[in-house]
Amino acid sequence: MIIWRIPSANYKLIKYKQMKKKILVFLSAFFLSLITFAQETEQVEMADEMRASGKIYVVVAVLVTVFIGIVIYLIRIDRKVSKLEKEVKK
Amino acid sequence: MKSNWWKVIAVVFVLYTIIGGLLLEVPRLRILHETIRNLYFHVTMWFGMMIILTVSVIYSIKTLLGGKTENDIVANEAANIGILMGFIGIATGSIWARFTWGTWWVIDTKLNGAAITLLIYLAYVVLRGAMDDREKRARICAVYNIFAYVMLIVFLMILPRMTDSLHPGNGGNPGFGGYDLNSNMRMVFYPAIIGWTLLGVWMMSLRVRLEKLNIALNKE
Repeated sequence: MIIWRIPSANYKLIKYKQMKKKILVFLSAFFLSLITFAQETEQVEMADEMRASGKIYVVVAVLVTVFIGIVIYLIRIDRKVSKLEKEVKK
Repeated sequence: MKSNWWKVIAVVFVLYTIIGGLLLEVPRLRILHETIRNLYFHVTMWFGMMIILTVSVIYSIKTLLGGKTENDIVANEAANIGILMGFIGIATGSIWARFTWGTWWVIDTKLNGAAITLLIYLAYVVLRGAMDDREKRARICAVYNIFAYVMLIVFLMILPRMTDSLHPGNGGNPGFGGYDLNSNMRMVFYPAIIGWTLLGVWMMSLRVRLEKLNIALNKE
């Protein structure tokens, strides 16, 4: 029966080397994931082109027009109700 | 003559919401992309609904304490506008869910809670329509409205926070306030809440005035 006897100093060196390797692997994996994450966030699709060519302003203009139309309608109802209120008070 | 300054604020703020909400910078987030702008339109509907339904329940309590017809009218019309905003909120949320979660409706505490709440408030409308005697109706509806408001708080504010939910801000899911509602978005979001709510109040006030006219004309 052979007993493997490793001198304690030598054993510690081997362990240290293993640890170093593990830490390196971990760190590289960590930074790799960070890089890929950053790339993913950069690739999020936004309406950049539409904004660059100015077309989004068309949508804004349409929405504003619709809203103004609704507001004018509300104002007209408001005035009519005010008129009726005056008449009823009389 | 009543002052109309708050109506001007409502219109200006909503106009600003439409323009700024579509043109200002927003955070770039995966899955959400540009739909994060829905925050100014979908989320503000629910905020407005909560505020207006709170007004409604306050006037219901006033009805029970003072018994004035005027308080009952305000409580009713506020509930009506609250229901309208709730339905718009649920419809817009459904569209948003379709393009971010992939389906129109999810079996989710927040979503089902919202649906149940709206049904409870619809029952309020039905209850109102079922009675003719004005004073009796005012009192019964006030009591029911307080019950409905408690259910609203339970279903929309408490239950979704106690279980898992897909909806942001619930069940350990961070809300928009946490990490991606930057100062840029707040600059539109808060005026948007005020603008939409005031617009709802304007619509409510019109209906209140019409109802008062109706009563005044029928008395003569």
